Amino acid sequence: MSANSETITSPVLELKNIHKAFGGVVAIQDFSLDLKAGEIVALVGDNGAGKSTLIKIISGVHAPTSGTIRLDGEAVSFSDASMARSSGIEVVYQDLALADLQPVYMNLFLGREKVRKPFGMLDRRAMMQETQALVDELDVRIPSANAMIRDLSGGQRQGVAIARATHWATKLILLDEPTAALGVAETAKVEEIVQSLKARNLAILIISHSLDQVFRLSDRICVLRRGNQIGVRETAKTDKNEIVSMITGLA
Amino acid sequence: MFKRTSAIARKFDLQGSVIYLGFIAIFLFFAITLADDGFLTTRNLSNIVLQTAPATIMAIGLVFVLSAGEIDLSFGSIVAVSALAAAVVMQEHSMLFGILAGLGAGLAIGWINGVMVAYLRLPSFLVTLATMGLFAGVARSMTDLRSIPVLSDTFTGFFGSGSFFGIPSLVLWTLAAVIVGHLVYRESRFGAHVIATGDNARAAQVSGIKVPRLRLAVLMISGGCAGLAGLLYAGRLQAAKYTLGESDLMTVIAAVIVGGTALNGGKGSVIGALVGSLLMGMLNNGLILMGLSVSDQMIVRGLIILLAVAISLRDTTRA
Ligand SMILES: Nc1ncnc2c1ncn2[C@@H]1O[C@H](COP(=O)(O)OP(=O)(O)O)[C@@H](O)[C@H]1O
Ligand SMILES: [Mg+2]
Repeated sequence: MSANSETITSPVLELKNIHKAFGGVVAIQDFSLDLKAGEIVALVGDNGAGKSTLIKIISGVHAPTSGTIRLDGEAVSFSDASMARSSGIEVVYQDLALADLQPVYMNLFLGREKVRKPFGMLDRRAMMQETQALVDELDVRIPSANAMIRDLSGGQRQGVAIARATHWATKLILLDEPTAALGVAETAKVEEIVQSLKARNLAILIISHSLDQVFRLSDRICVLRRGNQIGVRETAKTDKNEIVSMITGLA
Repeated sequence: MFKRTSAIARKFDLQGSVIYLGFIAIFLFFAITLADDGFLTTRNLSNIVLQTAPATIMAIGLVFVLSAGEIDLSFGSIVAVSALAAAVVMQEHSMLFGILAGLGAGLAIGWINGVMVAYLRLPSFLVTLATMGLFAGVARSMTDLRSIPVLSDTFTGFFGSGSFFGIPSLVLWTLAAVIVGHLVYRESRFGAHVIATGDNARAAQVSGIKVPRLRLAVLMISGGCAGLAGLLYAGRLQAAKYTLGESDLMTVIAAVIVGGTALNGGKGSVIGALVGSLLMGMLNNGLILMGLSVSDQMIVRGLIILLAVAISLRDTTRA
Protein backbone atom coordinates (compact mmCIF):
# COMPACT_ATOMS: atom_id res chain seq x y z
CA MET A 1 0.00 0.00 0.00
CA SER A 2 1.97 2.99 -1.25
CA ALA A 3 1.05 6.54 -0.39
CA ASN A 4 0.72 7.21 -4.10
CA SER A 5 -2.02 4.73 -4.91
CA GLU A 6 -3.78 5.96 -1.79
CA THR A 7 -4.16 9.49 -3.20
CA ILE A 8 -5.25 8.33 -6.64
CA THR A 9 -8.16 6.32 -5.30
CA SER A 10 -8.73 8.82 -2.50
CA PRO A 11 -12.40 8.64 -1.52
CA VAL A 12 -14.67 11.69 -1.68
CA LEU A 13 -15.86 11.14 1.87
CA GLU A 14 -14.11 9.30 4.68
CA LEU A 15 -15.84 8.75 8.01
CA LYS A 16 -13.58 7.41 10.75
CA ASN A 17 -14.72 6.21 14.17
CA ILE A 18 -17.76 8.49 14.22
CA HIS A 19 -19.51 8.52 17.55
CA LYS A 20 -22.64 10.45 18.44
CA ALA A 21 -24.52 10.66 21.70
CA PHE A 22 -27.57 12.78 22.51
CA GLY A 23 -27.19 13.31 26.21
CA GLY A 24 -27.08 9.74 27.49
CA VAL A 25 -28.54 8.19 24.31
CA VAL A 26 -25.89 6.75 22.03
CA ALA A 27 -27.18 7.16 18.48
CA ILE A 28 -24.02 6.20 16.54
CA GLN A 29 -21.15 4.09 17.75
CA ASP A 30 -17.77 3.80 16.05
CA PHE A 31 -18.91 4.24 12.47
CA SER A 32 -16.40 4.21 9.60
CA LEU A 33 -17.11 4.35 5.89
CA ASP A 34 -15.48 5.55 2.65
CA LEU A 35 -17.47 6.84 -0.30
CA LYS A 36 -15.99 7.12 -3.78
CA ALA A 37 -17.10 9.33 -6.66
CA GLY A 38 -19.58 7.64 -8.95
CA GLU A 39 -20.56 5.18 -6.25
CA ILE A 40 -23.96 4.59 -4.66
CA VAL A 41 -23.87 3.26 -1.11
CA ALA A 42 -27.09 2.25 0.63
CA LEU A 43 -27.53 2.71 4.35
CA VAL A 44 -30.02 0.28 5.85
CA GLY A 45 -31.28 -0.54 9.31
CA ASP A 46 -34.42 -0.62 11.42
CA ASN A 47 -36.21 2.44 12.74
CA GLY A 48 -34.04 4.21 15.26
CA ALA A 49 -30.87 2.52 14.03
CA GLY A 50 -29.22 5.92 13.56
CA LYS A 51 -29.41 6.36 9.78
CA SER A 52 -30.88 9.87 9.78
CA THR A 53 -28.50 10.90 12.54
CA LEU A 54 -25.56 9.81 10.40
CA ILE A 55 -26.82 11.88 7.45
CA LYS A 56 -27.24 14.87 9.74
CA ILE A 57 -23.67 14.47 10.93
CA ILE A 58 -22.33 14.38 7.38
CA SER A 59 -24.45 17.36 6.33
CA GLY A 60 -23.38 19.52 9.25
CA VAL A 61 -26.69 19.55 11.14
CA HIS A 62 -25.17 17.66 14.09
CA ALA A 63 -21.53 17.63 15.11
CA PRO A 64 -20.18 14.16 15.92
CA THR A 65 -19.30 13.60 19.57
CA SER A 66 -16.00 12.17 18.35
CA GLY A 67 -14.44 10.87 15.15
CA THR A 68 -13.19 12.48 11.95
CA ILE A 69 -14.80 13.42 8.66
CA ARG A 70 -12.62 13.91 5.60
CA LEU A 71 -13.79 15.43 2.37
CA ASP A 72 -11.43 14.81 -0.57
CA GLY A 73 -8.79 13.87 1.96
CA GLU A 74 -9.11 17.00 4.07
CA ALA A 75 -10.43 16.89 7.60
CA VAL A 76 -13.57 19.01 7.91
CA SER A 77 -15.72 20.05 10.80
CA PHE A 78 -18.98 21.71 9.83
CA SER A 79 -20.53 24.07 12.32
CA ASP A 80 -23.80 24.18 10.38
CA ALA A 81 -25.56 22.89 7.30
CA SER A 82 -24.64 25.84 5.10
CA MET A 83 -20.96 25.07 5.61
CA ALA A 84 -21.47 21.52 4.40
CA ARG A 85 -23.47 22.86 1.50
CA SER A 86 -20.76 25.22 0.41
CA SER A 87 -18.35 22.27 0.48
CA GLY A 88 -20.49 20.53 -2.13
CA ILE A 89 -22.70 18.30 0.03
CA GLU A 90 -26.44 18.30 -0.68
CA VAL A 91 -29.28 16.49 1.07
CA VAL A 92 -32.61 15.26 -0.28
CA TYR A 93 -35.07 14.86 2.58
CA GLN A 94 -37.93 12.39 2.68
CA ASP A 95 -40.37 15.11 3.63
CA LEU A 96 -39.56 17.24 0.59
CA ALA A 97 -38.08 20.52 1.74
CA LEU A 98 -39.80 22.50 -0.99
CA ALA A 99 -41.80 25.73 -0.89
CA ASP A 100 -45.21 24.69 -2.21
CA LEU A 101 -46.52 28.02 -3.44
CA GLN A 102 -43.35 28.80 -5.37
CA PRO A 103 -42.47 27.80 -8.92
CA VAL A 104 -40.00 25.00 -9.59
CA TYR A 105 -37.21 27.34 -10.60
CA MET A 106 -37.43 29.38 -7.38
CA ASN A 107 -37.17 26.15 -5.40
CA LEU A 108 -34.16 25.04 -7.38
CA PHE A 109 -32.44 28.30 -6.49
CA LEU A 110 -33.95 28.70 -3.01
CA GLY A 111 -31.48 30.57 -0.81
CA ARG A 112 -29.08 30.92 -3.76
CA GLU A 113 -31.09 33.01 -6.20
CA LYS A 114 -29.43 34.47 -9.25
CA VAL A 115 -29.50 38.25 -9.43
CA ARG A 116 -28.59 40.79 -12.08
CA LYS A 117 -26.21 43.65 -11.61
CA PRO A 118 -26.29 46.45 -10.62
CA PHE A 119 -29.46 46.48 -8.51
CA GLY A 120 -29.48 42.84 -7.44
CA MET A 121 -32.85 42.15 -9.01
CA LEU A 122 -33.81 38.49 -9.35
CA ASP A 123 -32.82 37.06 -12.70
CA ARG A 124 -35.92 34.94 -13.17
CA ARG A 125 -35.27 34.26 -16.83
CA ALA A 126 -31.80 32.81 -16.22
CA MET A 127 -33.05 30.72 -13.29
CA MET A 128 -35.94 29.44 -15.36
CA GLN A 129 -33.69 28.52 -18.29
CA GLU A 130 -31.14 26.72 -16.15
CA THR A 131 -33.88 24.85 -14.34
CA GLN A 132 -35.53 23.82 -17.58
CA ALA A 133 -32.22 22.58 -18.99
CA LEU A 134 -31.51 20.57 -15.85
CA VAL A 135 -34.92 18.92 -15.53
CA ASP A 136 -34.79 18.04 -19.22
CA GLU A 137 -31.34 16.54 -18.79
CA LEU A 138 -32.39 14.50 -15.76
CA ASP A 139 -35.68 13.65 -17.46
CA VAL A 140 -37.75 14.92 -14.54
CA ARG A 141 -41.09 15.21 -16.28
CA ILE A 142 -42.73 18.40 -15.10
CA PRO A 143 -45.02 20.71 -17.10
CA SER A 144 -42.46 23.53 -16.95
CA ALA A 145 -39.81 25.16 -14.81
CA ASN A 146 -42.45 27.74 -14.01
CA ALA A 147 -44.98 25.22 -12.63
CA MET A 148 -45.97 25.66 -9.00
CA ILE A 149 -44.77 22.88 -6.68
CA ARG A 150 -48.29 22.44 -5.30
CA ASP A 151 -49.49 21.39 -8.75
CA LEU A 152 -46.94 18.57 -9.07
CA SER A 153 -47.23 14.90 -8.11
CA GLY A 154 -45.14 13.41 -5.33
CA GLY A 155 -42.76 11.86 -7.84
CA GLN A 156 -42.34 15.11 -9.72
CA ARG A 157 -41.64 16.94 -6.48
CA GLN A 158 -38.99 14.47 -5.44
CA GLY A 159 -37.57 14.83 -8.96
CA VAL A 160 -37.32 18.57 -8.34
CA ALA A 161 -35.66 18.02 -4.96
CA ILE A 162 -33.09 15.69 -6.53
CA ALA A 163 -32.54 18.11 -9.41
CA ARG A 164 -31.85 20.83 -6.87
CA ALA A 165 -29.33 18.66 -5.04
CA THR A 166 -27.71 17.72 -8.34
CA HIS A 167 -27.44 21.33 -9.41
CA TRP A 168 -25.54 22.35 -6.29
CA ALA A 169 -23.66 19.23 -5.19
CA THR A 170 -20.08 19.04 -6.35
CA LYS A 171 -19.09 16.03 -4.25
CA LEU A 172 -21.81 14.20 -2.42
CA ILE A 173 -25.57 13.75 -2.36
CA LEU A 174 -27.30 12.27 0.68
CA LEU A 175 -30.81 10.93 0.20
CA ASP A 176 -32.95 10.13 3.25
CA GLU A 177 -35.72 7.75 2.13
CA PRO A 178 -36.38 9.65 -1.09
CA THR A 179 -39.14 7.31 -2.27
CA ALA A 180 -40.87 6.62 1.07
CA ALA A 181 -43.92 8.65 0.06
CA LEU A 182 -44.10 7.59 -3.59
CA GLY A 183 -46.07 5.09 -5.67
CA VAL A 184 -44.52 2.30 -7.77
CA ALA A 185 -44.17 4.16 -11.08
CA GLU A 186 -42.93 7.30 -9.37
CA THR A 187 -40.39 5.30 -7.39
CA ALA A 188 -39.07 3.75 -10.59
CA LYS A 189 -38.66 7.20 -12.13
CA VAL A 190 -36.81 8.55 -9.09
CA GLU A 191 -34.54 5.49 -9.04
CA GLU A 192 -33.73 6.12 -12.67
CA ILE A 193 -32.75 9.69 -11.85
CA VAL A 194 -30.61 8.61 -8.89
CA GLN A 195 -28.91 5.99 -11.09
CA SER A 196 -28.08 8.67 -13.65
CA LEU A 197 -26.26 10.74 -11.02
CA LYS A 198 -23.42 8.19 -10.96
CA ALA A 199 -22.39 9.40 -14.38
CA ARG A 200 -21.92 12.87 -12.92
CA ASN A 201 -19.14 11.58 -10.74
CA LEU A 202 -20.94 12.31 -7.50
CA ALA A 203 -20.80 10.07 -4.46
CA ILE A 204 -24.26 9.05 -3.28
CA LEU A 205 -25.41 7.78 0.08
CA ILE A 206 -29.03 6.66 0.15
CA ILE A 207 -31.18 5.54 3.05
CA SER A 208 -33.94 3.18 2.04
CA HIS A 209 -36.35 0.80 3.72
CA SER A 210 -36.93 -1.10 0.51
CA LEU A 211 -34.38 -3.86 0.07
CA ASP A 212 -35.53 -4.34 -3.52
CA GLN A 213 -34.63 -0.75 -4.16
CA VAL A 214 -31.33 -1.09 -2.35
CA PHE A 215 -30.38 -4.07 -4.51
CA ARG A 216 -31.46 -2.31 -7.70
CA LEU A 217 -29.53 0.87 -7.01
CA SER A 218 -26.50 0.37 -4.81
CA ASP A 219 -22.90 -0.70 -5.29
CA ARG A 220 -22.43 -1.38 -1.60
CA ILE A 221 -24.72 -1.81 1.39
CA CYS A 222 -23.91 -0.63 4.88
CA VAL A 223 -25.97 -2.03 7.77
CA LEU A 224 -26.66 -0.23 11.05
CA ARG A 225 -28.32 -1.73 14.10
CA ARG A 226 -29.03 0.36 17.18
CA GLY A 227 -26.18 2.70 16.39
CA ASN A 228 -23.69 -0.10 15.68
CA GLN A 229 -22.17 -0.63 12.28
CA ILE A 230 -22.84 -4.30 11.59
CA GLY A 231 -20.98 -4.42 8.30
CA VAL A 232 -20.56 -3.30 4.71
CA ARG A 233 -21.19 -5.66 1.78
CA GLU A 234 -20.73 -5.35 -1.95
CA THR A 235 -24.23 -5.55 -3.39
CA ALA A 236 -23.18 -7.98 -6.10
CA LYS A 237 -21.68 -10.36 -3.54
CA THR A 238 -24.50 -10.55 -1.02
CA ASP A 239 -28.22 -11.33 -0.96
CA LYS A 240 -31.35 -10.20 0.81
CA ASN A 241 -31.21 -12.97 3.38
CA GLU A 242 -27.79 -11.91 4.56
CA ILE A 243 -28.76 -8.24 4.73
CA VAL A 244 -32.01 -9.01 6.57
CA SER A 245 -30.21 -11.08 9.18
CA MET A 246 -27.64 -8.29 9.60
CA ILE A 247 -30.44 -5.75 10.10
CA THR A 248 -32.39 -7.85 12.56
CA GLY A 249 -29.51 -9.59 14.30
CA LEU A 250 -31.27 -12.94 13.81
CA ALA A 251 -29.27 -15.55 11.96
CA MET B 1 -54.86 36.72 -25.29
CA PHE B 2 -55.58 34.97 -22.02
CA LYS B 3 -51.93 34.01 -21.78
CA ARG B 4 -50.92 37.60 -22.25
CA THR B 5 -53.20 38.94 -19.52
CA SER B 6 -52.08 36.25 -17.12
CA ALA B 7 -48.45 37.14 -17.87
CA ILE B 8 -49.26 40.74 -17.03
CA ALA B 9 -51.13 39.61 -13.92
CA ARG B 10 -48.08 37.64 -12.83
CA LYS B 11 -45.70 40.48 -13.56
CA PHE B 12 -47.63 42.84 -11.35
CA ASP B 13 -48.67 40.19 -8.93
CA LEU B 14 -52.38 40.67 -9.51
CA GLN B 15 -53.16 37.32 -7.96
CA GLY B 16 -56.64 37.66 -6.56
CA SER B 17 -58.41 39.38 -9.44
CA VAL B 18 -61.53 39.62 -7.25
CA ILE B 19 -60.12 42.67 -5.49
CA TYR B 20 -59.95 44.63 -8.73
CA LEU B 21 -63.47 43.70 -9.72
CA GLY B 22 -64.67 44.50 -6.19
CA PHE B 23 -62.91 47.84 -6.31
CA ILE B 24 -64.59 48.75 -9.59
CA ALA B 25 -68.00 47.48 -8.42
CA ILE B 26 -67.94 49.50 -5.20
CA PHE B 27 -66.63 52.54 -7.02
CA LEU B 28 -69.47 52.35 -9.55
CA PHE B 29 -72.01 51.77 -6.79
CA PHE B 30 -70.94 54.89 -4.91
CA ALA B 31 -70.54 56.88 -8.13
CA ILE B 32 -74.17 56.19 -9.03
CA THR B 33 -75.85 56.30 -5.63
CA LEU B 34 -73.82 59.21 -4.34
CA ALA B 35 -73.69 61.21 -7.58
CA ASP B 36 -75.47 64.13 -5.94
CA ASP B 37 -73.47 63.96 -2.73
CA GLY B 38 -70.16 64.83 -4.34
CA PHE B 39 -68.51 61.40 -4.31
CA LEU B 40 -67.16 61.83 -7.82
CA THR B 41 -65.66 65.28 -7.33
CA THR B 42 -61.90 65.54 -7.79
CA ARG B 43 -61.69 67.00 -4.32
CA ASN B 44 -63.43 64.05 -2.72
CA LEU B 45 -61.50 61.43 -4.69
CA SER B 46 -58.16 63.04 -3.93
CA ASN B 47 -59.19 63.26 -0.29
CA ILE B 48 -59.70 59.51 -0.25
CA VAL B 49 -56.19 59.00 -1.59
CA LEU B 50 -54.66 61.46 0.88
CA GLN B 51 -56.50 59.95 3.84
CA THR B 52 -55.44 56.41 3.02
CA ALA B 53 -51.72 57.23 2.73
CA PRO B 54 -50.79 56.18 6.29
CA ALA B 55 -52.90 53.00 6.10
CA THR B 56 -51.35 52.06 2.75
CA ILE B 57 -47.87 52.36 4.19
CA MET B 58 -48.78 50.27 7.24
CA ALA B 59 -50.34 47.74 4.84
CA ILE B 60 -47.09 47.43 2.88
CA GLY B 61 -45.20 46.60 6.07
CA LEU B 62 -47.85 44.05 6.96
CA VAL B 63 -47.53 42.34 3.56
CA PHE B 64 -43.94 41.46 4.49
CA VAL B 65 -44.91 40.24 7.96
CA LEU B 66 -47.82 38.08 6.81
CA SER B 67 -45.87 36.72 3.84
CA ALA B 68 -43.17 35.52 6.23
CA GLY B 69 -45.82 33.61 8.18
CA GLU B 70 -45.96 36.02 11.12
CA ILE B 71 -48.39 38.74 12.16
CA ASP B 72 -48.11 42.23 13.62
CA LEU B 73 -51.01 43.59 15.66
CA SER B 74 -48.99 46.38 17.24
CA PHE B 75 -48.55 48.73 14.27
CA GLY B 76 -51.47 50.96 15.34
CA SER B 77 -49.83 51.63 18.70
CA ILE B 78 -46.49 52.19 16.98
CA VAL B 79 -48.11 54.91 14.86
CA ALA B 80 -49.14 56.82 17.99
CA VAL B 81 -45.81 56.41 19.78
CA SER B 82 -43.86 57.45 16.68
CA ALA B 83 -46.02 60.50 15.98
CA LEU B 84 -45.79 61.60 19.62
CA ALA B 85 -42.06 60.97 19.76
CA ALA B 86 -41.54 63.12 16.67
CA ALA B 87 -43.82 65.90 17.94
CA VAL B 88 -42.28 65.97 21.40
CA VAL B 89 -38.71 66.03 20.10
CA MET B 90 -39.56 68.78 17.63
CA GLN B 91 -40.78 71.02 20.44
CA GLU B 92 -37.17 71.39 21.51
CA HIS B 93 -35.04 70.24 18.60
CA SER B 94 -34.87 70.44 14.84
CA MET B 95 -37.12 68.67 12.39
CA LEU B 96 -34.42 66.18 11.50
CA PHE B 97 -34.27 64.92 15.09
CA GLY B 98 -38.05 64.70 15.14
CA ILE B 99 -38.06 62.53 12.03
CA LEU B 100 -35.31 60.34 13.43
CA ALA B 101 -37.18 60.00 16.73
CA GLY B 102 -40.41 58.99 14.97
CA LEU B 103 -38.80 56.45 12.65
CA GLY B 104 -36.44 55.27 15.39
CA ALA B 105 -39.34 54.59 17.75
CA GLY B 106 -41.06 52.52 15.07
CA LEU B 107 -37.93 50.52 14.28
CA ALA B 108 -37.16 50.02 17.96
CA ILE B 109 -40.60 48.62 18.76
CA GLY B 110 -40.36 46.46 15.65
CA TRP B 111 -37.01 45.24 16.94
CA ILE B 112 -38.51 44.34 20.32
CA ASN B 113 -41.29 42.40 18.59
CA GLY B 114 -38.77 40.78 16.29
CA VAL B 115 -36.36 39.64 18.96
CA MET B 116 -39.13 37.98 20.93
CA VAL B 117 -40.53 36.28 17.85
CA ALA B 118 -37.30 35.37 16.08
CA TYR B 119 -34.96 34.49 18.93
CA LEU B 120 -37.21 33.65 21.88
CA ARG B 121 -39.58 31.79 19.51
CA LEU B 122 -42.70 33.32 21.02
CA PRO B 123 -45.73 33.39 18.68
CA SER B 124 -45.96 36.75 16.90
CA PHE B 125 -49.69 36.85 17.51
CA LEU B 126 -49.21 36.91 21.28
CA VAL B 127 -46.09 39.07 21.26
CA THR B 128 -47.64 41.82 19.15
CA LEU B 129 -50.98 41.55 20.95
CA ALA B 130 -49.08 42.32 24.14
CA THR B 131 -46.95 45.11 22.65
CA MET B 132 -50.06 46.58 21.04
CA GLY B 133 -51.51 47.11 24.53
CA LEU B 134 -48.20 48.01 26.07
CA PHE B 135 -47.35 50.77 23.59
CA ALA B 136 -50.91 52.07 23.49
CA GLY B 137 -50.34 52.66 27.21
CA VAL B 138 -46.95 54.22 26.55
CA ALA B 139 -48.53 56.56 23.99
CA ARG B 140 -51.16 57.62 26.53
CA SER B 141 -48.66 58.28 29.27
CA MET B 142 -46.07 60.02 27.09
CA THR B 143 -47.99 63.30 27.14
CA ASP B 144 -50.71 62.58 29.69
CA LEU B 145 -53.27 62.14 26.89
CA ARG B 146 -52.47 65.64 25.64
CA SER B 147 -52.28 66.46 21.96
CA ILE B 148 -48.94 67.93 20.89
CA PRO B 149 -49.00 70.48 18.07
CA VAL B 150 -46.53 70.20 15.21
CA LEU B 151 -45.60 73.73 14.25
CA SER B 152 -42.80 73.24 11.74
CA ASP B 153 -44.14 74.22 8.32
CA THR B 154 -41.36 72.29 6.66
CA PHE B 155 -42.44 69.14 8.49
CA THR B 156 -46.16 69.52 7.84
CA GLY B 157 -45.42 70.33 4.22
CA PHE B 158 -43.06 67.42 3.76
CA PHE B 159 -45.24 64.85 5.49
CA GLY B 160 -48.70 66.36 5.18
CA SER B 161 -50.24 69.16 3.22
CA GLY B 162 -47.39 70.11 0.92
CA SER B 163 -46.78 69.15 -2.66
CA PHE B 164 -43.89 68.79 -5.08
CA PHE B 165 -44.35 69.70 -8.74
CA GLY B 166 -48.07 69.87 -8.09
CA ILE B 167 -48.28 66.36 -6.67
CA PRO B 168 -49.38 66.19 -3.00
CA SER B 169 -46.59 64.91 -0.80
CA LEU B 170 -48.85 62.21 0.69
CA VAL B 171 -49.36 60.83 -2.80
CA LEU B 172 -45.61 60.86 -3.39
CA TRP B 173 -44.97 59.04 -0.11
CA THR B 174 -47.57 56.46 -1.05
CA LEU B 175 -46.10 56.00 -4.52
CA ALA B 176 -42.56 55.77 -3.21
CA ALA B 177 -43.54 53.20 -0.57
CA VAL B 178 -45.49 51.13 -3.07
CA ILE B 179 -42.71 51.15 -5.66
CA VAL B 180 -39.92 50.38 -3.21
CA GLY B 181 -42.08 47.82 -1.39
CA HIS B 182 -43.07 46.10 -4.61
CA LEU B 183 -39.50 45.94 -5.92
CA VAL B 184 -38.11 44.58 -2.67
CA TYR B 185 -40.97 42.11 -2.33
CA ARG B 186 -41.00 40.80 -5.88
CA GLU B 187 -37.56 41.45 -7.31
CA SER B 188 -35.02 41.06 -4.53
CA ARG B 189 -33.52 37.99 -2.91
CA PHE B 190 -34.76 39.25 0.44
CA GLY B 191 -38.33 39.30 -0.83
CA ALA B 192 -37.95 35.79 -2.22
CA HIS B 193 -36.64 34.62 1.16
CA VAL B 194 -39.55 36.24 3.00
CA ILE B 195 -42.05 34.46 0.78
CA ALA B 196 -40.22 31.13 0.98
CA THR B 197 -40.01 31.33 4.77
CA GLY B 198 -43.74 31.93 5.07
CA ASP B 199 -44.39 29.11 2.63
CA ASN B 200 -42.18 26.49 4.32
CA ALA B 201 -39.88 27.70 7.06
CA ARG B 202 -38.07 24.36 7.24
CA ALA B 203 -37.37 24.35 3.51
CA ALA B 204 -36.06 27.90 3.84
CA GLN B 205 -33.92 26.92 6.81
CA VAL B 206 -32.32 23.90 5.13
CA SER B 207 -31.72 26.01 2.04
CA GLY B 208 -29.45 28.24 4.06
CA ILE B 209 -31.85 31.15 4.59
CA LYS B 210 -31.26 32.76 7.99
CA VAL B 211 -34.85 32.42 9.13
CA PRO B 212 -34.57 34.10 12.56
CA ARG B 213 -32.82 37.15 11.12
CA LEU B 214 -35.49 37.36 8.46
CA ARG B 215 -38.31 37.24 11.04
CA LEU B 216 -36.63 40.07 12.92
CA ALA B 217 -36.30 42.02 9.67
CA VAL B 218 -39.97 41.78 8.67
CA LEU B 219 -41.17 42.93 12.07
CA MET B 220 -38.73 45.85 11.90
CA ILE B 221 -40.01 46.71 8.43
CA SER B 222 -43.53 46.77 9.82
CA GLY B 223 -42.39 48.94 12.74
CA GLY B 224 -40.57 51.30 10.39
CA CYS B 225 -43.59 51.58 8.09
CA ALA B 226 -45.83 52.31 11.09
CA GLY B 227 -43.30 54.94 12.20
CA LEU B 228 -43.50 56.61 8.79
CA ALA B 229 -47.30 56.40 8.92
CA GLY B 230 -47.12 58.18 12.30
CA LEU B 231 -45.08 61.00 10.73
CA LEU B 232 -47.63 61.32 7.92
CA TYR B 233 -50.51 61.56 10.40
CA ALA B 234 -48.64 64.16 12.43
CA GLY B 235 -47.86 66.10 9.26
CA ARG B 236 -51.38 66.06 7.91
CA LEU B 237 -53.12 66.83 11.21
CA GLN B 238 -50.32 69.20 12.36
CA ALA B 239 -50.47 67.48 15.71
CA ALA B 240 -49.80 64.16 17.39
CA LYS B 241 -52.12 62.37 19.79
CA TYR B 242 -52.32 58.96 21.41
CA THR B 243 -55.43 58.13 19.38
CA LEU B 244 -53.55 58.13 16.05
CA GLY B 245 -53.56 54.72 14.41
CA GLU B 246 -56.03 53.42 16.97
CA SER B 247 -58.68 52.54 14.44
CA ASP B 248 -56.38 51.30 11.68
CA LEU B 249 -55.87 47.72 12.82
CA MET B 250 -58.94 46.19 11.23
CA THR B 251 -58.80 48.36 8.10
CA VAL B 252 -55.16 47.61 7.37
CA ILE B 253 -55.42 43.87 7.97
CA ALA B 254 -58.54 43.77 5.78
CA ALA B 255 -56.80 45.79 3.07
CA VAL B 256 -53.87 43.40 3.00
CA ILE B 257 -55.97 40.21 2.98
CA VAL B 258 -58.36 41.55 0.39
CA GLY B 259 -55.31 42.52 -1.66
CA GLY B 260 -54.31 38.89 -2.08
CA THR B 261 -51.84 38.32 0.77
CA ALA B 262 -52.26 34.97 2.48
CA LEU B 263 -52.96 35.12 6.20
CA ASN B 264 -50.70 32.13 6.79
CA GLY B 265 -47.78 33.17 4.66
CA GLY B 266 -46.03 32.33 1.42
CA LYS B 267 -48.01 34.61 -0.82
CA GLY B 268 -48.73 38.29 -1.06
CA SER B 269 -48.88 41.45 -3.10
CA VAL B 270 -47.84 45.03 -2.39
CA ILE B 271 -49.87 46.39 -5.31
CA GLY B 272 -52.86 44.41 -4.03
CA ALA B 273 -52.38 45.97 -0.59
CA LEU B 274 -52.46 49.43 -2.18
CA VAL B 275 -55.71 48.65 -3.99
CA GLY B 276 -57.13 47.04 -0.84
CA SER B 277 -56.26 50.11 1.16
CA LEU B 278 -57.85 52.45 -1.41
CA LEU B 279 -60.92 50.21 -1.35
CA MET B 280 -61.19 50.55 2.43
CA GLY B 281 -60.74 54.33 2.17
CA MET B 282 -63.41 54.56 -0.49
CA LEU B 283 -65.74 52.49 1.66
CA ASN B 284 -65.24 54.80 4.64
CA ASN B 285 -65.80 57.84 2.53
CA GLY B 286 -68.90 56.49 0.78
CA LEU B 287 -70.57 55.40 4.00
CA ILE B 288 -70.03 58.83 5.52
CA LEU B 289 -71.42 60.54 2.42
CA MET B 290 -74.45 58.24 2.59
CA GLY B 291 -75.21 59.89 5.89
CA LEU B 292 -74.93 56.77 8.03
CA SER B 293 -74.46 57.27 11.75
CA VAL B 294 -71.09 56.27 13.15
CA SER B 295 -72.49 53.09 14.65
CA ASP B 296 -74.20 52.16 11.39
CA GLN B 297 -70.98 52.88 9.52
CA MET B 298 -69.11 50.49 11.79
CA ILE B 299 -71.68 47.75 11.30
CA VAL B 300 -71.87 48.11 7.53
CA ARG B 301 -68.10 48.40 7.18
CA GLY B 302 -67.61 45.30 9.31
CA LEU B 303 -70.08 43.34 7.20
CA ILE B 304 -68.53 44.45 3.92
CA ILE B 305 -65.02 43.63 5.15
CA LEU B 306 -66.22 40.21 6.26
CA LEU B 307 -67.69 39.58 2.83
CA ALA B 308 -64.66 40.94 1.00
CA VAL B 309 -62.23 38.90 3.06
CA ALA B 310 -64.32 35.74 2.63
CA ILE B 311 -64.41 36.19 -1.14
CA SER B 312 -60.73 37.00 -1.50
CA LEU B 313 -59.66 34.12 0.74
CA ARG B 314 -61.64 31.72 -1.46
CA ASP B 315 -60.06 33.36 -4.47
CA THR B 316 -56.49 33.14 -3.22
CA THR B 317 -56.71 29.59 -1.91
CA ARG B 318 -58.19 28.35 -5.15
CA ALA B 319 -55.84 30.25 -7.44
N1 LIG C 1 -32.03 15.32 18.16
C1 LIG C 1 -32.06 14.17 18.89
N2 LIG C 1 -32.07 14.21 20.23
C2 LIG C 1 -32.10 13.08 20.96
N3 LIG C 1 -32.12 11.85 20.44
C3 LIG C 1 -32.11 11.73 19.10
C4 LIG C 1 -32.10 12.89 18.26
N4 LIG C 1 -32.09 12.48 16.97
C5 LIG C 1 -32.12 11.12 17.01
N5 LIG C 1 -32.13 10.67 18.29
C6 LIG C 1 -32.12 9.27 18.70
O1 LIG C 1 -31.10 8.62 18.00
C7 LIG C 1 -31.50 7.34 17.58
C8 LIG C 1 -31.35 7.19 16.09
O2 LIG C 1 -32.35 7.96 15.43
P1 LIG C 1 -32.41 8.15 13.84
O3 LIG C 1 -31.06 8.53 13.36
O4 LIG C 1 -33.52 9.06 13.53
O5 LIG C 1 -32.77 6.68 13.34
P2 LIG C 1 -33.24 6.17 11.90
O6 LIG C 1 -33.16 7.31 10.94
O7 LIG C 1 -32.31 5.07 11.57
O8 LIG C 1 -34.63 5.68 12.05
C9 LIG C 1 -32.90 7.16 18.11
O9 LIG C 1 -32.83 6.47 19.33
C10 LIG C 1 -33.40 8.56 18.30
O10 LIG C 1 -34.36 8.60 19.33
MG1 LIG D 1 -34.81 8.27 9.69
